[in-house]
Amino acid sequence: MSELLQFLLSGVTVGAVYALVALGFTIIYNASDVVNFAQGEFVMLGGMITVMTYLAGAPLPLAALVAVVATAALGVAMNKLAIEPARGAPVVSLVIITIGVSIFIRGAAQLVFGKQIHTFPAFSGDDPIRIMGATILPQSLWVIAGSVAVFIGLWLFFTRTLLGRAVLATSNNRLAAQLVGINTPFVMTLSFAMSAGIGALAGVLVTPITMTSYDVGLAFALKGFAAAMLGGMGNPKGALVGGFLLGVLEGLTAGYISSQYKDAAAFIVILAVLFFMPQGLFGSKSTDRV
Amino acid sequence: MKTFLTTTALIALALPALAEIRIGASISATGPAAFLGDPQHKTLEMLVEDLNAKGGINGEQIVLVAYDDGGDPNKARTFATRLVEDDEVVAIIGGTTTGTTMSILAVTEEAQIPFISLAGAIDIVKPVKPFTFKTPHTDRMACQKIFEDMQKNGITRIGMISGTDGFGASMQAQCKDVAPDYGIEIIADETYDPKDADMTAQLTKIKGTEGVQAILNPGFGQGPSIVTRNVRQLAIDLPFYQSHGVASDGFIELAGAEAAEGVRLPGTALLVAGLLAADDPQKPVVDAYKAMFEAKTGTPVSTFGGYAHDAFLILTDAMARAGSTEPAAVRDAIEATAGLAGTTGIYTFSPEDHLGLDLSAFRMLEIQGGKWTLVE
Amino acid sequence: MRMTAKSATLLALVILIALAPVFFPSGFYYRVGALVFVNALAVIGIVILTGWAGQVSLGHAGFAGIGAYACALAPVHWGIHPALAVLLGAAISAVLAWLVGRPILRLKGYYLGVASLGMGILIAMVLNNERWLTRGPDGIEVPELGLRAVLKDAGLDLSNGQFWYFFCGIVLILGAWLALNLRDSATGRALRALHGSEVAARTVGMDVARLKLHAFVISAVYASISGSLLALQNKFITPDVAGFMHSVEMVTMAVLGGVGSVAGAIFGAAVLTLLPQLLTIFAEYEQLVLGLVMVLVMIFLREGVVPSILRKIRGSGE
Repeated sequence: MSELLQFLLSGVTVGAVYALVALGFTIIYNASDVVNFAQGEFVMLGGMITVMTYLAGAPLPLAALVAVVATAALGVAMNKLAIEPARGAPVVSLVIITIGVSIFIRGAAQLVFGKQIHTFPAFSGDDPIRIMGATILPQSLWVIAGSVAVFIGLWLFFTRTLLGRAVLATSNNRLAAQLVGINTPFVMTLSFAMSAGIGALAGVLVTPITMTSYDVGLAFALKGFAAAMLGGMGNPKGALVGGFLLGVLEGLTAGYISSQYKDAAAFIVILAVLFFMPQGLFGSKSTDRV
Repeated sequence: MKTFLTTTALIALALPALAEIRIGASISATGPAAFLGDPQHKTLEMLVEDLNAKGGINGEQIVLVAYDDGGDPNKARTFATRLVEDDEVVAIIGGTTTGTTMSILAVTEEAQIPFISLAGAIDIVKPVKPFTFKTPHTDRMACQKIFEDMQKNGITRIGMISGTDGFGASMQAQCKDVAPDYGIEIIADETYDPKDADMTAQLTKIKGTEGVQAILNPGFGQGPSIVTRNVRQLAIDLPFYQSHGVASDGFIELAGAEAAEGVRLPGTALLVAGLLAADDPQKPVVDAYKAMFEAKTGTPVSTFGGYAHDAFLILTDAMARAGSTEPAAVRDAIEATAGLAGTTGIYTFSPEDHLGLDLSAFRMLEIQGGKWTLVE
Repeated sequence: MRMTAKSATLLALVILIALAPVFFPSGFYYRVGALVFVNALAVIGIVILTGWAGQVSLGHAGFAGIGAYACALAPVHWGIHPALAVLLGAAISAVLAWLVGRPILRLKGYYLGVASLGMGILIAMVLNNERWLTRGPDGIEVPELGLRAVLKDAGLDLSNGQFWYFFCGIVLILGAWLALNLRDSATGRALRALHGSEVAARTVGMDVARLKLHAFVISAVYASISGSLLALQNKFITPDVAGFMHSVEMVTMAVLGGVGSVAGAIFGAAVLTLLPQLLTIFAEYEQLVLGLVMVLVMIFLREGVVPSILRKIRGSGE
C-alpha cells in the first residue's frame, strides 16, 4: 500500500512538472496555432536566471521575480523579432522558427551561463513530508500548487476576461478579430509574454527538484508537448490533466513494470488515446476549411 | 559549398609553415556528454598554452586543432577524418564517450595515427589496437573497486539503479558481469533516464526488495544527485555507492552535503589533492593541475578533465622522448611509457597494455561533513 | 529543345556530384560530400511525405535506426550479406510504416506530430535498452560492405572516402530520379492534390487514407536506406541515429531547402551538413548561428531557399 502511494507521489511530482510546462504551450497555441518548441528554453531560462541572480547575492524571491520578468521580456522579443516578421507563413515554417529560436537560446545560454549544472535551495527545506508510509518533498507541493494556480489563472483568463476571449478570437480568425476591433499585435505580444512568464515560473519552481543547466530545455519541451497533446492542445484543463496523467503513468510503470520502459508506456498510452480520441482527451472538434 | 571550399583553402594557405606540432582533438564540449567534455576541452586549451609558453616540445610549438563533436559519433567520425585528412595532425586526443571514441578510432587506425581516448569502455583497448590508447580506468575496474569495498564490509546482495546514458548503461552491464567474482548478487536492477526529475519509484522498489544490503548508482550529470536526494527522502538506511561519474566537488554541492553524507565512490587522487601524503608520487602533478584549472576556469576540477590532462601528458612526454612526431615513433614511445604520474593514476604502457593503469589507481572515497575523505 | 524541370534537376545533380571532387583540396571533403548525400536521401523521403502529401512526421529517424541496425545485426546474426541487409532494413521499415501508418495517419497536424514522435522514441528506446541485441547506447560495429574491395580487384582503386562519396552519390541520384518520377505519376499528382485540400480530394473520390499511407511507407524506405548507408559508411552505429534530434534535423533540412522540391531537399541537406563544418572556426557560436540561420531563412524565404529563389528568378509569373 505504501509502495503504491510512493509510486503515485513520484508520478505526481513528475506530473506537476510536465503540467506546468504543458500549460505554457497553451496560450501561444491559442493565439496563433503555433506549438512553440522554444517553450522548454523558457523553463531553462527561468531556472538559470534565478540561479545566476541568486549567486550574485539577491534573495531568492527577488531572483525568481527577475527571472520571470526577464524571460517574459525575451518572449516578447521572440515574438517581435522572429514570429511577427514571418506573419502569414505556413504553420510548419513557424514551427521551424520556434525550433530555430530554441537552438539559438540554448547556444546563447551556453555562452552566457556556461555548461555547469546548477540548483538553488528548496523554498521550504528538504525534509520530506510523510503520508501513510510514503514521502514527498515540500518542493513538490510547491510545483503542484504552482501548476494548479496557473491552471486556474488561465481558465479564468480565457473564460472570464475580455482579453482572454480576444486571444481565442485571434486564433479563430485573425482578420475577423481585427474587424471587431481587437488589437491583434498586442494580443500576440501578450501571449508570448504570458507563455514565457509561465515557462520561467515553471523553471523557478522545478529547479530545486530537477536541477538545471543550459541544455535541460529540450527534455522539458518534449514531455510538456506530449502532455499537452494527450490532454488536447490549447485547453488548459487538458494540459493539467495530461501532465499529471503522464507523470503518474511513468511512476506506476517504473514501479510495477519496468523502469527502462516507463517512457515507452507513456507514449503507448498517448498513441492509444489518440487512436480513440484524435483530438486528445479534452480537445475540441474542428472541421477543415475547404 | 564553393565559398566554403575557398574559405577553408585560404585558411589552410594562411597557416605559417614554421616548425610546429599539430595535435587534434574531437571532444563532446556540448551535447548530452558536455558535463564530461567541457572540462576536457578547457584542460587541453590550457595545457597547450602553458606548454607553448614554456617552449613547447623539443623547441617546437604546439597547435591544437579542437572540434566539438557534441557527443554524436557520426560527427566525431567526420571531425576525425577532417583532422587526419585536412588538418594533417600527428595525433588525436578525444572521444569523450565510448560511442565517439569507437568512431574516431576507426579513422585513426586506418590512417595509423596515435589516438588517446578519454572514454571508459574496455572494448576500446581490448583487443589491443596498434595506435589506440586510453587514459581513464575502465568501467569494469570501477565495479571491481566498489565490489572489493563491499566484500570487505560483508555485503553480498545489492540493488542497482543506473542511468540509461552510455556511461550508466555500460557500467551497469560491466558490474553485472563482474559481480559473481566478488560473491555479489544483484537482486534489484533499475534504471532512469538522465533527465528524469524523480527516482523515488525505482528506489522504493529497491527498498522493498527482500535482502538488499547496499545500493549502487552508476551515472553522471544531475541524475545521481537526484538519486542521492531521493535516497535520503525515502530514509533508506543502506550503504550507498556512487560511481566515478560524479567524482567532482560539484556533486556534493548539487546533492546537498546532508544527503551526500556517507556516499562512497571510487575516485582518483585529483579529488583528494589536499589529503595526499607529501611523498605521494601523484601529489605534484595533481596539485599543479588543480591549481591551474581552478584559477583559469573558476570551476572545480573533475575527474574527466583529469583524463584529458593525462592524455596530453602521455602524448607530449612520448613525443619529447621520441624526438619526432612520426606516428610509429610516437606510438612506440607511448608504449615505452613507465611510471608516469598523472592525475588519474601512474601510467605504465606496453605493446600488450594500452590502458596503463591498474586497480591501485582508484581510491575509495567517502563523503563526510561535505568533504571527500579517503577510506582505508 | 526545352528541358523539363525533372531532367534539369537530375542533370544538375549528376554534374555536381561528378565534378565537385575536382575542387576538393583534401580527402576530407569526400566524407562531407557523402554525408550530404546520405542526409539528402532521407530528406527526399520527407519531401514526399510532408511536401507532397502534407503529413508531418517527427519520428522518421526511427526508420533510419531500423535501416542502420539491420546492417549491424543481420550480417552477424543471420549471416546475410550487408547489401541484402540494406534491403531487409528497408522491408522492415516499410512493413512497420504500413502497420503504424494506418492508425496514426488519421490524426492531423500536431497530433500526427506527437504520434510519430512517440513511434520514433519507442524505436530509439528499444535500440538503447535491448543490450543483448544492440549492445546499448555505446553502439555497435557494422560489417564492411565489401564492394570497395570488389572494385579494387576489378582495377578501380578508390580510397574509403572516395568510394563512399561516389556510392552514396549514385544512390542519391537514383533516389531523386525515383522521387521525380513519382511526382509526375498519377499517385504523385493525387498526393499533391491532397496537400492542397484533403476535404476537396475526398469529395472528388480519392482514397485519401491509402494515398497518405503510400507516402508514409515510401518516405520510411528512404529514411531506412539513408540509415543503412550511414551505418555501412561509418562501420559503427549508436542509437543516436534513431533519436529525436535526427528526426527534427530531417524535417528542418526539408523545410529549409523548400519542402515541396527535391532540389530543395538536397540543398537543405547540404546547408545543414556543411554549416557545422564551416562554423568550427567559431565553435562556441555554432548553435547560435545555426538557430539564427533557421529563423532568418524562414522569415525571408518562407517556402524554403530553392523554391523562393526559383520564384524570384522566374519573376512573378507564377
